[in-house]
Amino acid sequence: MNQSVPSVVVKNLTKRFGTFVAVNDVSFETRHGEIFGFLGPNGSGKSTTIRILCGLLRPSSGQASVAGIDVARNPEAVRQRIGYMSQKFSLYNDLRVVENLEFFAGMYSVPKKEIPGRIAWALKMAGLEGRERNPTSSLAVGWKQRLALGCAVLHRPPIVFLDEPTSGVDPVSRRQFWDLIHSMVGEGVTVFVTTHYMDEAEYCNRLVLLDRGSIVAMGTPTELKNERMKGQLLMIECEPLGPALELLQAVPEVVDAAVFGSGIHAVVADAVVAAPKIRELLSAKQLHVSRIEQIAPSLEDVFVSLTATRGASTKSEAAA
Amino acid sequence: MSWTRIVAILRKEVLQIIRDPRSLLIILVIPLVQLFIFGYAVNLDVKHVPLCVYDRDATQTSQDLLKHFQATDYFNVVRVSDSYPDVVRNIDYGVCSIAVVVPPQFAEDLHSSGHASVQAILDASDSNSASIGMGYAQAIVQSYSSEIQLAWQQAQGLATGAPSVTFEPRTWFNEDLESMADLVPGVVALVMAVVGAFLTSLTIAREWERGTMEQLISTPVGKLEIQIGKLFPYFVIGIADTAICAGTAVLWFGVPFRGSWVVLFGCSMLFLLVVLSLGYFISVTAKSQLGACQMALLATFLPTFLLSGFIFPIDQMPVVVQWITAILPARYYVSILRNVFLKGTDVRLLAGDIFALAAIAAVLVALATRSFQKRLV
Amino acid sequence: MNSTPAILVSSIGKHFGNVRAVDRLSFDVQAGEIFGLVGPDGAGKTTTMRMLAGVLTPDSGSATVAGHDIRLDPEGAKQDLSYMPQRFGLYEDLTVDENIRFYADLFGVKRKEREQRSAELLAAAGFAEFRSRLAGNLSGGMKQKLGLVCALIHTPRVILLDEPTNGVDPVSRRDFWQILYSLLAQGVAILTSTSYLDEAERCHRVGLLYQGRMLFCDRPEALKKKFPGGVIVVHSSDPERVHGELHGANGTRDVLLVGDRVHIFVDDAAKRLPELQARLDTAKVPYDSIEQVTASIEDLFVSAVEREAARQSPAKLS
Repeated sequence: MNQSVPSVVVKNLTKRFGTFVAVNDVSFETRHGEIFGFLGPNGSGKSTTIRILCGLLRPSSGQASVAGIDVARNPEAVRQRIGYMSQKFSLYNDLRVVENLEFFAGMYSVPKKEIPGRIAWALKMAGLEGRERNPTSSLAVGWKQRLALGCAVLHRPPIVFLDEPTSGVDPVSRRQFWDLIHSMVGEGVTVFVTTHYMDEAEYCNRLVLLDRGSIVAMGTPTELKNERMKGQLLMIECEPLGPALELLQAVPEVVDAAVFGSGIHAVVADAVVAAPKIRELLSAKQLHVSRIEQIAPSLEDVFVSLTATRGASTKSEAAA
Repeated sequence: MSWTRIVAILRKEVLQIIRDPRSLLIILVIPLVQLFIFGYAVNLDVKHVPLCVYDRDATQTSQDLLKHFQATDYFNVVRVSDSYPDVVRNIDYGVCSIAVVVPPQFAEDLHSSGHASVQAILDASDSNSASIGMGYAQAIVQSYSSEIQLAWQQAQGLATGAPSVTFEPRTWFNEDLESMADLVPGVVALVMAVVGAFLTSLTIAREWERGTMEQLISTPVGKLEIQIGKLFPYFVIGIADTAICAGTAVLWFGVPFRGSWVVLFGCSMLFLLVVLSLGYFISVTAKSQLGACQMALLATFLPTFLLSGFIFPIDQMPVVVQWITAILPARYYVSILRNVFLKGTDVRLLAGDIFALAAIAAVLVALATRSFQKRLV
Repeated sequence: MNSTPAILVSSIGKHFGNVRAVDRLSFDVQAGEIFGLVGPDGAGKTTTMRMLAGVLTPDSGSATVAGHDIRLDPEGAKQDLSYMPQRFGLYEDLTVDENIRFYADLFGVKRKEREQRSAELLAAAGFAEFRSRLAGNLSGGMKQKLGLVCALIHTPRVILLDEPTNGVDPVSRRDFWQILYSLLAQGVAILTSTSYLDEAERCHRVGLLYQGRMLFCDRPEALKKKFPGGVIVVHSSDPERVHGELHGANGTRDVLLVGDRVHIFVDDAAKRLPELQARLDTAKVPYDSIEQVTASIEDLFVSAVEREAARQSPAKLS
């Protein structure tokens, strides 16, 4: 299903607000029928990049094109070719379901003749048939999410931007939502997701990790976990934890160690080599080790290992 | 009650006030601006009434009469007409509000029969100014008439006539009837009421809106400690503002100050207690800053302006309205201020007003205290 | 471990109009433990926190925090607890130092002790040189850390944190948790809430909340074992084909596309794995690996919620 024609092309994109560089020389491409994720904490430049791609902000330098249209030169045309679903949805709670759809149909200049058809299609997709006269405020969060998605794609755009689409939503609704997204993607739509929620990023086909305006990594979730993680992750359960942590942090083979729940996660160069050494070390100091095993890193582990080594201690952190 | 906690709240409040340019604006600039606006622009004296004169007699005598109109400050001769249509046109266009027409046989009539009339035409669309202007015109003509009579009597060698009763009005306390002296003390009350309530109305509402109140009420701080700590800076600011307004009134506007400074500041503190507590209560009730400041303005500006006796005398109001003013703290404060500035009478005569103000203060402080709860929703 | 829990919640309830925000909730938190309340928005986490912090009155049930009954003596509890609400609750127009001093004064911390503790805490949090910066000019992660410093400036026995690391960068989030873990040795009890299911793994025990009720309450490891059946993950360059092929196969409850993988929920992983592998091989669907994995807490949550929904009204299944 993946065609290799790029739908979003970004080259050396930079955006400055005064002396503050919000987006720093960012480059990437997305393909049709792909779920592309933009992962990074608040303040990393995600929202700024999205706004540039939606034609709401002008880039300071570099180029960006969406569906073949240069966003700097033709922002209005871009907006007709994209759908945008914002965080916490921009639905009008005091309107009925169908009234919200009609409103957005108007906003996206859907041709009048096609509006009833599109609305019917959106209702079917969202599973809200028969409920179109219900007030939007009466919908549960999961349903509102699907309605918001419906509103965002009434004009059948080739590219859809989802901004933190499932933050705070219950897991059942979230899975159903992603089923919906997958069916859209199956028809060739490119879905661009921004999130700070590492869990959510797992649903993406490809990811870009953003830290303070720059890309630190790009690839599929599996690639990032296997290849970009510097080192391997060991899970160590022992008692007591405090002294164990201090000891481990002093060991040269241990790149990084942090408490995690009732155990310690330690980043080492080679897990097979390091594990027995660590067991020996801890036992020698009378620290009872109940478990040492290699575990798969999470995206957060990847992120931390990449950003912590960028000299990103808070001492040099420029405040927002 | 912990002194440390009260001081902590106080210190925080002061830092926030200093760092918020808008509140500094309200504290310093608005009182002075209001004082100047009311002092200068709102002038209830009617002076320099634009006058049109039409002399159809054109004699020494008629010119003599018209000179009386020109000589006075109360009239400003803006047009000398030469026809009735011209007079009418000038009144229509608002060039003048009064026209004085001397009839053609004026001098002759006066010397022959001893009677003559003068016509005055006025634009009564502003009936207030018109009737006052009419009064001036009549007074001028009357005085001219007396002058002529006296001159004639003296020329005839007659005694100056039988003694007559003359009406000699003497206004006490405000000899020039300068409305400024009357207004400015009232303006001080208006300014204090609005500024006091407005400033405090934001304080609690702002913390709810910004989300800092939720964390604050999860600490052991007591609600009375919060109230005292928050209101005290505004109390000090209020006293300072009172001093600035009173000082400006006396030194700039030349309003006399005949009473005691102790009474002024003592009663001002009572009034401040009232308005600050009112603002606090509004802040607790409104929960949003926008709602709070709207309520504060509504509750202070209009009642003080209309019902405190500041501009419109209370005893001229309908009885029902007079009853309403009985619970208005500004009414008592305005009365006290007028006394302190203009009359300077014994403070014991103010006891009624002071007592009423104190009673209202007690009620509002209690209301403010009770209304605030250390709970959400 | 202490026998009297630092926090004891018994059947606590709160409703807003017709909505039952918290419905007969019971759990306990021991001293020296981090307990996580986990659930989506609207599950009742914030309402529960607020009741325990004494800023919201429960409608039913009771709770004790640091030995104080929060219905009878909420103000007493406040001396021994610290609360960090979901929304940043410090003063943006005061500096870091001024905020710390303010909260120290509210709890009656003497000056010398305050200076010492704030120096320690700021150093641990890594922003000792930002003392005179206005709190409003701090980044999100630093704001949350400042919130924690102010919460710890007096020595509370219970700390209540409502979604403290929402949107915070992972490095700051780690620093934050590091500080929390260091407190446990002093016997502090920490109750935190989150809608991130992966953050639940950082807690000693987790309570899964949904629509005001607790579905499960146990250690993360134990919870994962509670998952009925097993989970099989297939890595593939063409996950849609895998999905298509395995959907509806024998013994599969659900097949989920997750990025470049396919998650298959089965009744018996050991039994079904070779079956599914055979299907893929027969259909010549390309895949890189197929293996059994431990269920995640989210998987458990989903299955519990689905069971709950099915039990309430079969017709409601979406």
